[in-house]
Amino acid sequence: METLKFILDNLPAIGQRTIEHISIVGVAVSLAVITGVPIGIAITQNKRAADIVLYTAAMIMTIPSIALFGVMIPVLSLIGQGIGYLPAVIAVLLYSQLPIIRNTYTAISNVDPALREAARGMGMSALERLRQVEIPLAVPVIMAGVRIAVVINIGITAIATYIGAGGLGAFISRGISQTDPRQLITGALAVSLLAIAADYLLLWAQHQLTPKGIRHARFRVRRVVEGKLAA
Amino acid sequence: MIKLENLTKAFETPAGTVVAADRITMEVADGEICVLLGPSGCGKTTTLKMINRLIEPTSGKIFINGKDTDRYDPVELRRTIGYVIQQIGLFPNMTVEENICVVPKLLGWDLAKARTRASELLATINLDPALFLKRYPKELSGGQQQRVGVARALAADPPVLLMDEPFGAIDPINREVIQDEFLKMHHRLRKTVMFVSHDIDEAVKMADKVAIFRAGKLEQFDSPDNILAHPGNSFIADFVGSDRTLKRLRLVRVGDVLQASSLRVSGDDQVEHTVALMNEHGQEFMVIVDTEGRPRGYVDVDIVRDRSGAVGEHCAPLPATVRLDEDLRAAVSTMFMHDIRWLACVDRNGVFVGCVTQRGITRLLGETYRAPDAVPH
Repeated sequence: METLKFILDNLPAIGQRTIEHISIVGVAVSLAVITGVPIGIAITQNKRAADIVLYTAAMIMTIPSIALFGVMIPVLSLIGQGIGYLPAVIAVLLYSQLPIIRNTYTAISNVDPALREAARGMGMSALERLRQVEIPLAVPVIMAGVRIAVVINIGITAIATYIGAGGLGAFISRGISQTDPRQLITGALAVSLLAIAADYLLLWAQHQLTPKGIRHARFRVRRVVEGKLAA
Repeated sequence: MIKLENLTKAFETPAGTVVAADRITMEVADGEICVLLGPSGCGKTTTLKMINRLIEPTSGKIFINGKDTDRYDPVELRRTIGYVIQQIGLFPNMTVEENICVVPKLLGWDLAKARTRASELLATINLDPALFLKRYPKELSGGQQQRVGVARALAADPPVLLMDEPFGAIDPINREVIQDEFLKMHHRLRKTVMFVSHDIDEAVKMADKVAIFRAGKLEQFDSPDNILAHPGNSFIADFVGSDRTLKRLRLVRVGDVLQASSLRVSGDDQVEHTVALMNEHGQEFMVIVDTEGRPRGYVDVDIVRDRSGAVGEHCAPLPATVRLDEDLRAAVSTMFMHDIRWLACVDRNGVFVGCVTQRGITRLLGETYRAPDAVPH
């Protein structure tokens, strides 16, 4: 009850923190898509490069976020950005690489070889094949990677408050230091809800971006059932 | 026209060099269907894929309509060659229309022209454009998908079509239908077609020329009839099968063995006249026609023995007739079914034109075998 009151009293602050949170994750994951998808596509050309890149990305994933923030402080201090928004974005960018690169790589390399042969045989160049066939078919799996990255990093960003990047983690850290369960619960609840909402939003986006010809059957089944009911 | 000159492909493998195609030289004339035939791993697919440079030849030349294909960029070259594969390979993210328009778009056609073309092509492959243009590949049956695959290959009206076991994954009944449709379309469009198959029956049915491959070598390149009648060696004889003479039945039309004659009587003719005609021509039966010339029935020596009067009164019904444009396999099958030794043939209007006899068929098939042996020793 006290928590609810706290939430109601602090709505503007919660909103402010949520926007900070979203801006870190949003900017970082967008950058990660811009870098990760091309890397994922590029490494389909070379098995050895793929192994190295995926292994490196997996290693980055195992670094505890607190440690990563710690490492970045002296490095980024050189340009006066040791703490705050920039290191938070960089951390999220790095943590997003594995799911995005790996899903892109898997999706592109799993495109039916017959389609690739047909495309080649009809006279598509490598870029035309990518643009017209391989990427459209890979979209659902790439988007699944983006969803994983977003959900993981909404959690990780909560820790970025310790390097002064703000976000919903601020409620949690203050809740711990002030032994105030109201703030702690508020922060935790907001982070979870944000993760769930983002996941659903991206699921919808994934469905919209998937070419009609390969969309999941369940959406069609529902239409058929509706059709029957109407009839 | 497709001309291959000493076309060779050697692959380097850990086990040493494997020659997948060894100095293949052949020429397919304009508008002909050439079937590349052989067991798996014989080099037929490698040879086909060298033509559109999906596989780069190690050495040798390929000419399409007299032009050396080495002089073209492979990507540009492929846009001028139709290509159909067994797995069909329709792009699932595109509608039927978009699939057909792929090559026209790559060639820079304007959209309206490409669309008109797609809709024309769908009509020629017996799929209603209104129903199918906007469908996705997954909403089509296997047979429909392969029809669209062929339409897509023909979209930019290429002079040459390469087909890699195109009907191999379709069930036998549909395969026959699609083969017939394809042949019909081919007679109209007259593309030069290279067609890989491992099915001798398909080759006999489709081909103007058959190229038989074994272990990377072109063993025999000839018309289907010659391959069946005179297989060049024991491998080819085995490959085309011990029933190869029966397979030839498919290549011959009823019209080719027809004992065309005006020999017929009408129902009003007298038995004596009929018997005299039969004796004169050494024929044991006589077909009776009506006033329009359609076969009404027949009499034979047993029926008219010791009879007199109008022959029409003794007329026995014909168990079956056969059309001129049917192949001999159908004719022989009909004969076996009704246990008869001859069949009355009719033209498209049902008018009697003559008879085919079992003896006539066996003589025709036998001739090609006797000929080379007829040289006295």
